Amino acid sequence: MTNVLAVERLGKKYGDTVAVQDVSFHVARNEIVGLLGPNGAGKTTTINMILGVLEPTSGSIRIEGVDVAQQRTKALEYTNFAAVYAPLPGNLSVYQNLRVFGLIYGVAGLQKRIDALLEQFQLERFRDTKAGVLSSGEQTRLCLAKAMLNDPHLLLLDEPTASLDPATAHEIRAKIQRLASDGACGVLWTSHNMYEVQDVCDRVLFLSRGKIMLEGDPKTLPQAHGKETLEELFIAVARE
Amino acid sequence: MNLNRTSAIVIRHLYLVSGSPARMLPLFAWVAIDMVLWGFITKYLNAVSSAKFDFVPVFLGAVLLWDFFTRVMHGVTMAFMEDVWSRNFLNLFATPLSISEYVGGLVLSSIGTSAVGLFVMIILASTIFGLSFLAYGMALVPFLLVLFLFGIALGILGAATVLRFGPASEWFIWPIPALVSPFAGVFYPVATLPRWMQYMCFALPPSYVFENVRAIVAGLEVSRSGLTIGVVLAIADVVAACWIFVRVYRHSVRTGLIARYSAETVT
Repeated sequence: MTNVLAVERLGKKYGDTVAVQDVSFHVARNEIVGLLGPNGAGKTTTINMILGVLEPTSGSIRIEGVDVAQQRTKALEYTNFAAVYAPLPGNLSVYQNLRVFGLIYGVAGLQKRIDALLEQFQLERFRDTKAGVLSSGEQTRLCLAKAMLNDPHLLLLDEPTASLDPATAHEIRAKIQRLASDGACGVLWTSHNMYEVQDVCDRVLFLSRGKIMLEGDPKTLPQAHGKETLEELFIAVARE
Repeated sequence: MNLNRTSAIVIRHLYLVSGSPARMLPLFAWVAIDMVLWGFITKYLNAVSSAKFDFVPVFLGAVLLWDFFTRVMHGVTMAFMEDVWSRNFLNLFATPLSISEYVGGLVLSSIGTSAVGLFVMIILASTIFGLSFLAYGMALVPFLLVLFLFGIALGILGAATVLRFGPASEWFIWPIPALVSPFAGVFYPVATLPRWMQYMCFALPPSYVFENVRAIVAGLEVSRSGLTIGVVLAIADVVAACWIFVRVYRHSVRTGLIARYSAETVT
């Protein structure tokens, strides 16, 4: 498996405050990696640096071998993201949002791609509805549809199922798993739902106080550290 | 520079304007009111003035040209503010969109919205109040060019200010044309001003436009050197505004302000 994302000795300081310190990891093609950690551990800071909206203090980020600091545009053409804290503009309709972002990502055959995504994420009946009046679950589906527009090689998902009901969350998880296994995509996934992480992720990274504390298979990692469940391990790492 | 990405910013603005009467109306309503108000003021001044001086091309023409500059500036700022109001920075700047493509999109959006205002003003001023642009001759081209470029420069500078100091600083931006107008000699010759204000005038590209408007109406020659200085100054202002915007953007990426823009400051 080749790496779609390679993060080397990444660091971010705000004055004297260290947000992320010496973090190195990779995401391989067809792999779903969970980025776990308590609030304020540095997960979103790490994702923001990968997305090029936050400049690292040290280290490097390569997406498909392209350095984000040196060739930001090229690197981000391979990437897309969905996050609960980044809803799409509520004053544009579902279709308008997808068209605008489709143009920005340079999607070929955009009209067909939008139609396919509207169907895939069950958004057809909201095609001309303003994004701002959608329910939070529908908005999440729209964000995910946007995140799939350019068939990304690297998909960053920050708590993608946080506002979805269990049935829809299950469907979305299945879609993303299919995307990772069938396509050329690697996924970096953050979630506080340890059952979801165990179900979806091939590998997890535990981040605490800006450092990676543990790394491994979410199905075997708890037992390897004398814990019953991933949630127990999470609590133990967070309290260290 | 990728034209598809630039066009995405323009199309986004087109969607917003075409779908919202609250955005559509200001494109022409305020300039139309200005034309009617100043049209009648100039008619009245022509009626009561004993001098054989036509106030229409001087005052109404000046208001029209100044309103055009204001629309251009506000066009850029308004397109930028849409991303502030809809908290769209993270979505936009985490894409392959470059700063030049983004600013290019804001400028093209402004060309569209300001052209609507200019068209409405020309129709009203010429049909109701008899303002003829033929009176300005070919000088009208550099007049509009200087005001357009200066409007773009101040619009980009306004966007940089809001990006740097947060959404609340938009209230610094909207009154900028009103603040600049006393120094730009819009309604009176630069010589009317005290010396210190005249120095400021010479640094402002629009002052070269309005000095020439009055020269043409008075039957004098257009100052080619004055207009050249105006064009050069306006281009320099655009370059300086773009440089400032890029610096502010890089500062925002370095400090994390782009990702947490609603906080207004990260310190």
